[in-house]
Amino acid sequence: MTEPMTEHYDVLVVGAGPAGLAAAQAAAMHGARVGLLDAQAQAGGQVWRHDVRRAAPRAARRAFASLENVDVLARHSVVAAASHSLLVETPDGARQLRYGSLVLATGARELLLPFPGWTLPGVTGAGGLQALTKQGWPIADKRVVVAGSGPLLLAAAATLRAHGTHVLGIYEQAPASAVHAFAWRLRHWPARAVQAVGLRARLAGVPYRCGTFVRAAHGEPALSSIEVEGPHGVRRIECDQLAIGYGLVPNVELAGLLGCELEHAGAHPHVRVDSLLRTSVPGVHAAGELCGIGGLAAARIEGSIAGHAAAGAYGNAAALLPQRTRERRFAALLSQHFALAPRLHALATPQTLICRCEDVTLAALDGFSNARDARLATRCGMGACQGRICGSALAELGRFPRSGSRPPLFPARLATLAVAEAESFLPNDYRGNRT
Amino acid sequence: MNAGSYDLIVVGAGIVGASCADAAAAEGLRVAIVEPGPIGGGATAAAMGHLVAMDDDPAELALARYSLRQWEGFADLPEAEFSRCGTLWVARGETEGAAIATRMARLAAGGVEAHAIDAQNLYELEPALAPGMYGGMLVPHEAVVYPPRVARYLVQRAQTRHARLYAGRSVQRLTHGGVMLDDGTPLHGPTLLATGCALPELLPQLPLRPRRGHLVITDRYPGLLRHQLLELGYADSAHGDADSSVAFNVQPRPTGQILIGSSREFGATDTAVSPAMVQRMLERAFSFMPVLRGLQALRIWTGFRPTTPDGLPYLGAVPGRTDVWVAAGHEGLGVTTALGSAQLLLDLLLGRTPAIDPAPYAPARMSA
Ligand SMILES: Cc1cc2nc3c(=O)[nH]c(=O)nc-3n(C[C@H](O)[C@H](O)[C@H](O)COP(=O)(O)OP(=O)(O)OC[C@H]3O[C@@H](n4cnc5c(N)ncnc54)[C@H](O)[C@@H]3O)c2cc1C
Ligand SMILES: Cc1cc2nc3c(=O)[nH]c(=O)nc-3n(C[C@H](O)[C@H](O)[C@H](O)COP(=O)(O)OP(=O)(O)OC[C@H]3O[C@@H](n4cnc5c(N)ncnc54)[C@H](O)[C@@H]3O)c2cc1C
Repeated sequence: MTEPMTEHYDVLVVGAGPAGLAAAQAAAMHGARVGLLDAQAQAGGQVWRHDVRRAAPRAARRAFASLENVDVLARHSVVAAASHSLLVETPDGARQLRYGSLVLATGARELLLPFPGWTLPGVTGAGGLQALTKQGWPIADKRVVVAGSGPLLLAAAATLRAHGTHVLGIYEQAPASAVHAFAWRLRHWPARAVQAVGLRARLAGVPYRCGTFVRAAHGEPALSSIEVEGPHGVRRIECDQLAIGYGLVPNVELAGLLGCELEHAGAHPHVRVDSLLRTSVPGVHAAGELCGIGGLAAARIEGSIAGHAAAGAYGNAAALLPQRTRERRFAALLSQHFALAPRLHALATPQTLICRCEDVTLAALDGFSNARDARLATRCGMGACQGRICGSALAELGRFPRSGSRPPLFPARLATLAVAEAESFLPNDYRGNRT
Repeated sequence: MNAGSYDLIVVGAGIVGASCADAAAAEGLRVAIVEPGPIGGGATAAAMGHLVAMDDDPAELALARYSLRQWEGFADLPEAEFSRCGTLWVARGETEGAAIATRMARLAAGGVEAHAIDAQNLYELEPALAPGMYGGMLVPHEAVVYPPRVARYLVQRAQTRHARLYAGRSVQRLTHGGVMLDDGTPLHGPTLLATGCALPELLPQLPLRPRRGHLVITDRYPGLLRHQLLELGYADSAHGDADSSVAFNVQPRPTGQILIGSSREFGATDTAVSPAMVQRMLERAFSFMPVLRGLQALRIWTGFRPTTPDGLPYLGAVPGRTDVWVAAGHEGLGVTTALGSAQLLLDLLLGRTPAIDPAPYAPARMSA
C-alpha cells in the first residue's frame, strides 16, 4: 500500500530557487511552521544551481544558511493539487502536504524555438547546457556556439567557458542598437552593470554578435555545423554543440491547476498578483519568475514579500514594495530590448518537427486554431513533456495558446497516483477527456 | 433545393454522429453536420478505443459483431491507428475460469473466434501478469483504434461527398421539420440526434444517464504489454448497476504507451479527477500486473458514457415525432458499435431491412 505521509505546514513554499528561499526565510521569521520543497536534490533553483566545480556565490550561501527553522524537502515534486493540499512524489513514495498558505516560486524554463535541425543531438537550450555542465556533464574541449537572446546567453557562456569548453561565439538576435541602449540604461542599476562587466571580462576574446541568429543546424547523425545569419550575411560554423535559448517562459502550470488567474499579456502567461503578491486564490501567493520574467534580484525581493505576506506580516511585506517596483522596471527593460524579431517565427519549415515527443511537424498543425483540437487530431503535446516545449513554441509562433494544466503536473509513478487522501484533484473545471 | 435544407441533419459529431454522416453521404444524401466543439471531442475523445465483442447480451453482441466486420475496412487506414493486439480475458481463479466455456460458446454462436488459454500459455502471452493466475480466453482478432481521429476522418470523408459541417454551432432546439442553431440559423430536413450524453437536453423523453470513467496513460514501454487485458469479471462492472465499480482493463497503445482503466460511476457529474476512484482502479490493476506500480503516468482524464436503462443504444425513429431519429446511448461500447449503428440507422431511414434485427434498439421500447 502507498499510504502517504501527511504533513501540515502553516506556510508551504514550492520551489527552492532565489524566490522560494527568500520566502521560506521571511515566513519562518514570524514563527510559522514552514516547508520548502523542490524537485531537485539541492536548493538553488536555476541561477544558484549546484555546480560540481565552483562554490556557490555568497548570496546563495547566505540564503542556504538561513533555513534552520525551515523544513527543507528536497527531491519533492508536486504532481497534483487538491484544496489546501499538494500531492508530492519523493524517491521514498508519495506524500500529501497540507498547508495554511502557499507560496508558489516555480520559476521559469527556457523558450526553445523550432528551426531546421533543432532536434539534432548536440543542440540544447543555452541554460539547459549550462545546467548539464554544472552537474558535471563532460564538455571540456568541445566547440560550442551560444545563441538566442537575452543576458542569460552571457551567463551560460561564462559557465561553459569555466568548465573548459571552447565558446566559438555568442549570437544575440536583438539588434546592436537595442543591446547598446540596454547597456546604457543599465547604469541605473549599478549592481547589474558590475555583474555584466564581470561576465564580459570572463568572456574576453569570445565574439558577441548582435542582430544575428541561427537559421539551421546540420549534421548526421549529430550536429556538425550551423548556419548563422547576421547583418553581413550568412555564415557556416563548424561546432560540436549549439546552446540556444530565446529567453524564458514562466512555469505557471501548478498555479493553473490551483485555479490562479493568469495574465495573458504576451504569448506566454504569467500569474496575476496584487501588490502583496497574492494570487486570485485566497491563501496562495506567487513570487519570482512565474509573476513575469524579472531575473534574480526581482525573484529575491518578491520571495521576501510573499513570505512575509503568507505569514500574515503585511507590514514587513509592504516595506519592501519600493524595491520590488525598481526591480520590475528592470524586468520591463529586458523584455523591451530583447524582444524577439518576427523573422525568428518563420525559421521552421513545414517539415520541421514541432512536437518532438510525438513527431508532429509544423505542416501537420496547419488549420488548427486551438491546442485541444490540434492535440486530438495530431497528438501534438501529448508526450512526456506535456506540451511544455511545443506548446510554448506554438504560442510564440502565434499559432494558438497553450491549453490549461491537468494532473499529473509532471510524469509521476502510478503508485504515487494511487493515493486517495483528497476529495478531488484540481482543477474542477477540467475538460473530461484525454486532452 | 433551398439553402439550409437537407436530406439529413446529423446533430453531434462524436464517433456515432460522424459514422452516421459518413454513411448518409455515401448513400448520396445531402447531409448537414452540427458540432459545437472539436470533432470527436466528447465521450469519443475520452474512450480507450478498444473494439471488443461483449457477449453477455445477445443484442449487444449482434451489434458489436456487425460493427466489427465494418471496422475491418479501417484496418489499413493510418488515421485509425488500428492495432490488432487481440483481447486476452484473464481468470484469476477457478470460479472465473469456469465461466470461460460458456463465454466461448456464446462468442462462437455469434461467430467470434476465441481460444481457451491455460496458465502456462497465459504467462507466455503476458509475462508481466501477477503469478498465480488460473488462465484465460484469447479473442485474437480484436483491435484498438484512436477514436477522435477516426471521427475526424469520417467527417472529412462525408465533406468530400458534399456534407456541410456547421462547426462551432450547436442545435438549440428541434423545430417543426428541422432544427434551430444557436446563432438563429434554421435548418430544414429529417434530423438525427447523435448528441451522446447531451441527448436529454433535446429529447427529455428518452432516459439517459452519464456514467463517469477514469483512464490513466503511461509513458512508452514497448513490449511490456502485448494484448488488451481484461479481467473475466469485467462484465459485472460494466453491466452491473453498482453506483461505482472498477475492473482491470489495460491496453497497449501502438506507441508503446499503456492505457489503464476502468472505472464506472453513476451520479458523478463533474469532470475533476477523483483520487479515490483512481486509487481503486489502479490498485485493481496493480493486483493483476504489479509492474505497473513503477511506471510513469503522463495523464489522467475522465469521460462520460451515455448510458440507457437497459444498456442498449437508442437507434431508430423517435416515437411521436415526425422525421426525428436518434443514435445515442452506446455506454462503454460506442466506438465498437458506431459503424454498425450507422448502417442500421441508414437502412431504417431509407426504408430498407437492416442486416440485424433492429427491434432491441428501437427507442419506442422506452414508451412501451
Ligand atoms: C535554464 C535556466 C538557466 C538560468 N541561468 C541563469 C544564470 O546563470 N544567471 C541568472 O542570473 N539567471 C539565470 N536564469 C534566470 C533565472 O530564472 C533567475 O535568475 C532565477 O533563478 C529565478 O528565480 P526563481 O526563484 O523565480 O525560480 P527558479 O530559480 O527557476 O526556481 C524554481 C524552482 O522551483 C522548482 N519547481 C518548479 N516546479 C516544481 C514542482 N512542481 N515541484 C517541485 N519543485 C518545483 C524548480 O525545481 C526550481 O528549483 C536561468 C533560467 C533558466 C530557465
Ligand atoms: C472512459 C471511457 C472509456 C471508453 N472506452 C471505450 C472502448 O474502449 N471501446 C468502445 O467501444 N467504447 C468505449 N467508450 C464508450 C464510447 O466512448 C462512447 O460510447 C462513444 O464515444 C459515444 O459516442 P457518441 O458519438 O454517441 O458521443 P460523443 O462522442 O459524446 O459525441 C456527442 C457529440 O454531440 C455534440 N453535441 C452535444 N449537444 C449538442 C447540440 N445541442 N448540438 C450539436 N452537437 C451537440 C457533442 O459536442 C459531442 O461532440 C468509453 C467511454 C469512456 C467514457
